[in-house]
Amino acid sequence: MLRLAEHDVAAPGGAMVPRLFRLVERRQDTADTFTMMLEPADAVPLKFIPGQFTMLSAFGVGEVPISVSGAADVDGPLQHTVRDVGPVTHALSRTAVGDVVGIRGPYGTGWNVGDGADRDLVLVAGGIGLAPLRPAMLEVLHHRQRYGRVVLLYGTRSPEDVLYADELTRWEKLGVEVLVTVDYGTPSWSGRVGLVTSLIPRAGFHPRSTLALVCGPEIMMRVTATALIDRGVNPDDVRVSLERNMRCGVGLCGHCQYRELFVCLDGPVLAYARVSDLLGTREL
Amino acid sequence: MRTIEQYLPDHPFFRELDPQALTILSGCAQNVSFAPGEFLFREGQPADQFYVVRRGRVALQTHSPAAGTMVVDTADAGDVVGWSWLVPPYRWLFDARAAERTGAVSFDGRCLRDKCEQDPQLGYELMKMVTQVMFGRLTAARVRLLDLYGTTQAASPALSPLLAQARLTDARSTDAGATHAAPS
Repeated sequence: MLRLAEHDVAAPGGAMVPRLFRLVERRQDTADTFTMMLEPADAVPLKFIPGQFTMLSAFGVGEVPISVSGAADVDGPLQHTVRDVGPVTHALSRTAVGDVVGIRGPYGTGWNVGDGADRDLVLVAGGIGLAPLRPAMLEVLHHRQRYGRVVLLYGTRSPEDVLYADELTRWEKLGVEVLVTVDYGTPSWSGRVGLVTSLIPRAGFHPRSTLALVCGPEIMMRVTATALIDRGVNPDDVRVSLERNMRCGVGLCGHCQYRELFVCLDGPVLAYARVSDLLGTREL
Repeated sequence: MRTIEQYLPDHPFFRELDPQALTILSGCAQNVSFAPGEFLFREGQPADQFYVVRRGRVALQTHSPAAGTMVVDTADAGDVVGWSWLVPPYRWLFDARAAERTGAVSFDGRCLRDKCEQDPQLGYELMKMVTQVMFGRLTAARVRLLDLYGTTQAASPALSPLLAQARLTDARSTDAGATHAAPS
């Protein structure tokens, strides 16, 4: 079955033609992770919802799917937080202010964080998985009164790898319960060391009235979802963001097909209850 | 301040234990506190105690010439520190350091072992409780061993050469992991 994202059918130039964006600011977040602030060359802002991704091009090298990491519905540059792990992201890491990159999208499903209104919200991030969750957190903070308790559980590799460190402090001051743990630390690190799931029993939320958003490596999402459900969260209220081999972004090429799902169209954000059996299946 | 007998039923570790067993265990316990940086125990020393943390944080750490001192786990209020008291040769495998001002209940391991020998039912209950803690820590350690958040540039001290090579090969040809997941 061929499916094509509706907005791309209507997009000028078609689905596969990138728009040009200029780098207006670049921030090095950790040793291998950086945030690009991008302005559209045509001055037309890119509208997205938290959780969506774009196909980001380094011209002459290739393009990669990267989740948007900035606030939705707020004026200002489009933000992408990228980890330098391969040829395209390495080329992007070498982009200088004023350089132009290509962007297609946004694509995919969002966190639909509004579904958590009047309930508690638990965001669980692993490593750079905090970046796709950041727009959701910013939206929640923008409408803080709509939600009950808001908790961020964040596990990363080492203290040096903690992303948005200043922002975590600010979120805490805004009433978010922020618990951070690292896989290993040095004696100068006075925070927690351990798996992110160890934070779940410590967090203050009502499991039966909670929407949980989970983003990180797939194994981390599986163990986290299981731990959340064990604590009493309804499996339908656990959402995960899948990363597959997205190429076209519009359901044409089939690279990201995951049995009956096209992750670029049906995902990346999906209810855990819908994908839990897929995540445990080999060779998919 | 509540007595040990009053406190123990509220501690997650002891929640399933009946009052009679708690009274027996309390006979082996005392309140202790540690200043930041103070060691609860040191690697290689006889493991004669275990601790339930009431407040503060304990860092379990080890040292290697290459990596220096590494904190491999922490225990906070509600956690238990140490099971080497239960397993011969009763010797600590890691250092335990108070990462901040820490209050705990310390149990005399030899006293507990004696009571468990005399009362196999108590011993079985205690063994189930400790096993649950060990199971959780072992599972977490196995997942962390995968170095899920790692990159090709810097391998985890625990990362196997095979996994490091697989990751390197994968990342050279793709940009998987750029947005939120490690190469898969």
